[in-house]
Amino acid sequence: MTGIVSFGAYLPRLRLDRKAIFAAMGWFNPVTFGAARGEKAVANHDEDSVTLAVEAARDCLACGSKGRIGALFAASTTFPYLERMNAALIASALDLQPELAAQDSGGAATAGTTSLLSALSCVTAGEVEQALVTASDCRLGKPGSGQEHVFGDGAASMLVGRDDVIATYLGSHSIRQDFPDQVRQPGRLFGRSWEERWIREEGYQPLLQGAIQGLLAKTEKSLTDLAKVCIACPDPRTIAAIGKKLRLTPEQLVDPLLGSVGDTGCAHALLLLASALAESKPGDLILVAGYGSGADALLFQATEALATFGGPAGVKPALARRVALVPYEKYLTFREILPVELGIRGEIQAPTALSALSRERRAVLGLVGMRCTACGTPQFPPQHRCVNPECRAMDTSEPYPFSSRTGTVFSYTGDMLAFSFDPPAAYGLVDMAGGGRLNLDFTDCTLDELKVGMEVALTFRRKYVDRERGLTGYFWKATPLRVQ
Amino acid sequence: MATGIKDKVAIVGMGCTRFGERWGDSAEDLVVEAYLEALADAGIDESRLEAYWLATCFDEINLGKSAIGLSQCLKLPFLPVTRVENFCASGTEAFRGAAYAVAAGACDFAVAVGVEKLKDTGYGGLPDFGISLGTRNRLTFPNLTAPGAFAQLATRYAARYGLAPEEVKRAMAHVSAKSHKNGAKNPKAHLRREVTIEAIMAAPTVAWPLGLFDCCGVSDGAAVAILTRPDLAREIRPDPVLVKALQIAVTSGEELMATGWDGAHIETTSRAAARAYQEAGVENPRAELSLLNLHDCFSITELVTYEDLQISPRGGAPRDILDGFYDLDGTIPCQTDGGLKCFGHPIGASGLRMIYEIYKQFQGKAQERQLTDPRLGLTHNLGGFPSMSVCSVAIFGR
Repeated sequence: MTGIVSFGAYLPRLRLDRKAIFAAMGWFNPVTFGAARGEKAVANHDEDSVTLAVEAARDCLACGSKGRIGALFAASTTFPYLERMNAALIASALDLQPELAAQDSGGAATAGTTSLLSALSCVTAGEVEQALVTASDCRLGKPGSGQEHVFGDGAASMLVGRDDVIATYLGSHSIRQDFPDQVRQPGRLFGRSWEERWIREEGYQPLLQGAIQGLLAKTEKSLTDLAKVCIACPDPRTIAAIGKKLRLTPEQLVDPLLGSVGDTGCAHALLLLASALAESKPGDLILVAGYGSGADALLFQATEALATFGGPAGVKPALARRVALVPYEKYLTFREILPVELGIRGEIQAPTALSALSRERRAVLGLVGMRCTACGTPQFPPQHRCVNPECRAMDTSEPYPFSSRTGTVFSYTGDMLAFSFDPPAAYGLVDMAGGGRLNLDFTDCTLDELKVGMEVALTFRRKYVDRERGLTGYFWKATPLRVQ
Repeated sequence: MATGIKDKVAIVGMGCTRFGERWGDSAEDLVVEAYLEALADAGIDESRLEAYWLATCFDEINLGKSAIGLSQCLKLPFLPVTRVENFCASGTEAFRGAAYAVAAGACDFAVAVGVEKLKDTGYGGLPDFGISLGTRNRLTFPNLTAPGAFAQLATRYAARYGLAPEEVKRAMAHVSAKSHKNGAKNPKAHLRREVTIEAIMAAPTVAWPLGLFDCCGVSDGAAVAILTRPDLAREIRPDPVLVKALQIAVTSGEELMATGWDGAHIETTSRAAARAYQEAGVENPRAELSLLNLHDCFSITELVTYEDLQISPRGGAPRDILDGFYDLDGTIPCQTDGGLKCFGHPIGASGLRMIYEIYKQFQGKAQERQLTDPRLGLTHNLGGFPSMSVCSVAIFGR
């Protein structure tokens, strides 16, 4: 039976307190007071929908081999590239095998659930053995808008297959119609929405409810059969209203994460599903419904395999891994809403040789170095001649992936001269467990936290953004390995 | 069997501009200023000069790529002119080209020219290394600057020898204070003000743990050396300065990519110094050297270099520094001209500027900074970063 083999989640570590948003912009739009509760997850200055997707997928793939993945479906409405497949970029960062079907999808927040449906169909049809889904978003609300409070950044990932399934797929129901509540054209930083009451009464409620009831009718299940119901909807009142209308108990309704994370767009339904899977027991029926230009609802049943599933980190530790982003202006700067004085080092970006990037993609995107087959020394990037002075063998390298290894800080600095959106730019050398030394930026930490000898993990991040040429450069950075 | 170039090459004339923010002068203006001084100092007819080597680091400024800019500037009559670049060690590379030409007998008189017009870059420090690191490194390296790269030497030094960051900072502060004291005595130096240890320690951070006064001056300037054989030199002047050793070492990559390097010393300096001592016949550098002009791009660089040159023992540089061993009135005075710290660091010129000071000291022309009867002087020119560097060590005598 086709179903979910593994799940993963990733939330950026930064949280923006909605009271801080209101304190800064409430004067302009006092009506947002009602939304100014809790906090939302926001991408660090070096994160975007691609890096979030990679991290969620790494979480998803942490416990298993990725050798059987034949398809990748990547969903986001905020991917950095309209052309240059983001899914291919994600696949390279994950160092997936190159025999891969891949697809970007977007257009609405339901791109996440629709991608999951595509993956399920693809596996059911026998086209591939396993299919990976990523869903991520980093949507921006205009300063002072309700959306600024509502939108959060995050990602989820699902591995779909036929063997070792932890949740069997039972069916789906989709409603699709042009419902232009949320509109954003290419090249625009911000979207625009119509009146909230109309969206709630004509959009969220009837569409989500329709999809859920349609699915139950199709699968001949009743509401009381459901152990978990995940409703991905930007409005908490609507979720409560649907719950009330469908007579769902609080135990059935999965925390919609709006107060702690925000609405993560494409990622949200899958994020809630990941959250539900971690809390489920064998036999549980799990319904997930997502909203956007209509609605999708999918039904899964947890299998016996879930009980022994070693499992990825998932949502819970991602929620716990948090630090406040202050002040609000720092958030505006990270998102480049506030044009700060970059200085000459921030203005000038050397061109990227795309042919070189393509040639080096396994090293640059996948962090695959080499190990010398003569002496066993791991090194990065791959070298013709072994760097070990006792060996110096020529052309004796085999691929050696570094990305899932930990390391220790060998040296570091916090550089006020180098350009960074979050100065000082922290970087240094990291000695990897098992050998090899990497020259890396540090991220998700302050200079004060860094110590020689401290343990770090690696994370896929934006290295630079070349605005003039419309390019984003990616590489891996080191981040303190924090005990959860 | 190669015998090296000891006593095969002599400096017969040198020129060096005042270093500083020379807003009104171009790279050409600076070259001509240093060149005319060198010609006058040598007192020979320009027509005897047969070949030129030019050092500049950043080719997008200065005289551009290639040697054409220099040749056109000096209207050289279709002579062999070569531009060399090896990061901050470029100046010594130009000197090496000219010295090898003379030692090989390829020509009787050769000229090394170094110039850098850094204040045309628009940068406070050195320009970004983005493009200059090569296509491959650029895709993965942090957005590093020189202070950020060298700051890690200080981080490592503290970790390696179990010192508190403040202890390393205090020794570094003494290094800078000493150079400021010397620079204040040098009319050609960029920064001519004495600074207290307290002011140095309290200065804003540039790249932790390096503060403003741990970093050298970013300057415009040019320097020129005219080289010939010792026998020809003695016909021209009674006090030529002889090359005793000239060694260069470039990283194999093991500091950056293997895990054996301790990060608290510069491997290329250690290697180049060992070879230079062998070439010059120096057996005990602490006892035999009279003065040092080191590549103090940052105070910590100078600190570890004392150890790499086998003058201070490993881990012992801070003690020697605080004891005043390297002060102007110390056992082996270092940076008598103010060093990169205060004379300034127009990259292409720096290696030659160091030699200029040694040359003047040997000739007794170092004015207020003059040492008594120096015998052997050492210059050290370092390019790149601690984890991937190019280093030259040269020894001069009479």
